[in-house]
Amino acid sequence: MASLKDATAIVGIGQTAFAKQLPEEEKTLACRAITAALDDAGIAPSEVDAFASYTMEETDEVEVAKAIGAGDVTFFSKVGYGGGGSCATLAHLAAAITTGQASVGVAWRSRKRGSGPRPWKNTAVQLPTPAQWTRPFGLLRPADEIGMLARRYMHEYGATRDHLFNVALACRNRANQNPAAMMYDRPLTREMYMSSRWISEPLCLFDNCLETDGALACVIVSAERARDCRQKPVYVHSVAQGLPAQHHGMVNYWNDDPLTGPAWTAARHLWKQADFAPQDVDVAQIYDAFTPLIPLSLEGYGFCGRGEGGAFTEGGALESGGRLPINTGGGGLSEAYVHGFNLINEGVKQLRGTSTAQVPNAATCLVTAGEGVPTSAVLLRAP
Amino acid sequence: MADATTTEPLLSPTIDTDGAPFWEYAARGELRIQACTACDELRFPPRPCCPHCQSFGAKWQRMSGRGRIWSYVRPHPPLLPAYAAHAPYNAIIVELADAPRIRLVGNLVAAPDAPLDSVAPERLRIGAKVQVAFTDVGGIAMPRWLLERP
Repeated sequence: MASLKDATAIVGIGQTAFAKQLPEEEKTLACRAITAALDDAGIAPSEVDAFASYTMEETDEVEVAKAIGAGDVTFFSKVGYGGGGSCATLAHLAAAITTGQASVGVAWRSRKRGSGPRPWKNTAVQLPTPAQWTRPFGLLRPADEIGMLARRYMHEYGATRDHLFNVALACRNRANQNPAAMMYDRPLTREMYMSSRWISEPLCLFDNCLETDGALACVIVSAERARDCRQKPVYVHSVAQGLPAQHHGMVNYWNDDPLTGPAWTAARHLWKQADFAPQDVDVAQIYDAFTPLIPLSLEGYGFCGRGEGGAFTEGGALESGGRLPINTGGGGLSEAYVHGFNLINEGVKQLRGTSTAQVPNAATCLVTAGEGVPTSAVLLRAP
Repeated sequence: MADATTTEPLLSPTIDTDGAPFWEYAARGELRIQACTACDELRFPPRPCCPHCQSFGAKWQRMSGRGRIWSYVRPHPPLLPAYAAHAPYNAIIVELADAPRIRLVGNLVAAPDAPLDSVAPERLRIGAKVQVAFTDVGGIAMPRWLLERP
């Protein structure tokens, strides 16, 4: 059976500035991130023959391809479920390139979530399950939906707000080292966290990700071709998507164990194909739309046992020099929230050795997509 | 009373074909959950066929209406205007006494037609026993939950 293991590599990354409001429109930002990534790779836009993005991406392939001057495109794919699709864009491109459908793939996400509308305010466009069974009762926003699971998690396993603060602080500390991060010059203290306003109890302001205008992209080619590119290749070692049996999306309240989410499903497949294990991961970029997703993901991806995710965050474990440094650019909580694409690019920077919070000699990196929705994940490996 | 001060109504459920019987029974004051006619397994949210035996036959089984709070949140603004008017309010998940896997999202209120912020927050507790009641919201009978020991 054909394997995707190390068959492809990320050879270019690009991004725009991140801000609450950028003057340019999403289409322009998408083109800027993509052309920057191609320039980083040293590959001409006319060589691009594959695209992958999210179903929520509003600039389509036709617009992007004709604007950047792509050649004939033979593979294009979009993945659903918001931030759950981030790593799956790489998975689809890796599969396409490995099986000969295309040779130069571009994945991207461009979003004006900072200055644009909040999706939950549009009551005309609703997912069918929430529209009937949860939203009329005032469970309006993702923060409310995840807040329910967070409360139950804290109740069942004794996780505390301090554990959630540990997550917020680690991300903020890394952002304070990253000049591109929205929170670069904004340190966070425990007092600020504990006295901040509630969004949906038990989640406070600092448990929620940023609202960002920005775009990112990366370029993926075969491992063979990667050897001739401008940058040190970062290999796609293992990829997985995950939609667990009887999963219900962010309102995952109707199965035997609602606290076991898509991370568990993606992780089983991810590790099965990998040459290394959780204890061999040097640095992780874990999807952080909300702080409780980190302890859940730490459990799901096998860094600790069931119910131990809160305790895992203690003693600076998530900080630089800790047991598992996470979100070293600041993550969605403190660098930028662009549906997790900044986590992919940060993983590449770590394995190139160019992160602003570089983990010494980092050779392996886990990047995850949104937990709590049908998800995806990728293991990256340095040469 | 607080409802009269807001111009926008609370959101009504977007009722689909599979879910319609739930709301028809609710209008009669009955809490019923979809079940398979072939294997009797309950399922929620309602769907076209049984995930256990793939039968397309469905019946609606009456529940006692008793349950326990499984989790809860207290949403604060920014919210849609009708909800912001009552914020912070509660939203709860109730695990049904008859079928603990079946959980319903709802609101804990002091009386069936009382607003979403009518119960003091210190009364919200995981494990608290609750009982369903129904109230008319925009022509639809909405389930609400009352503490068994108020």
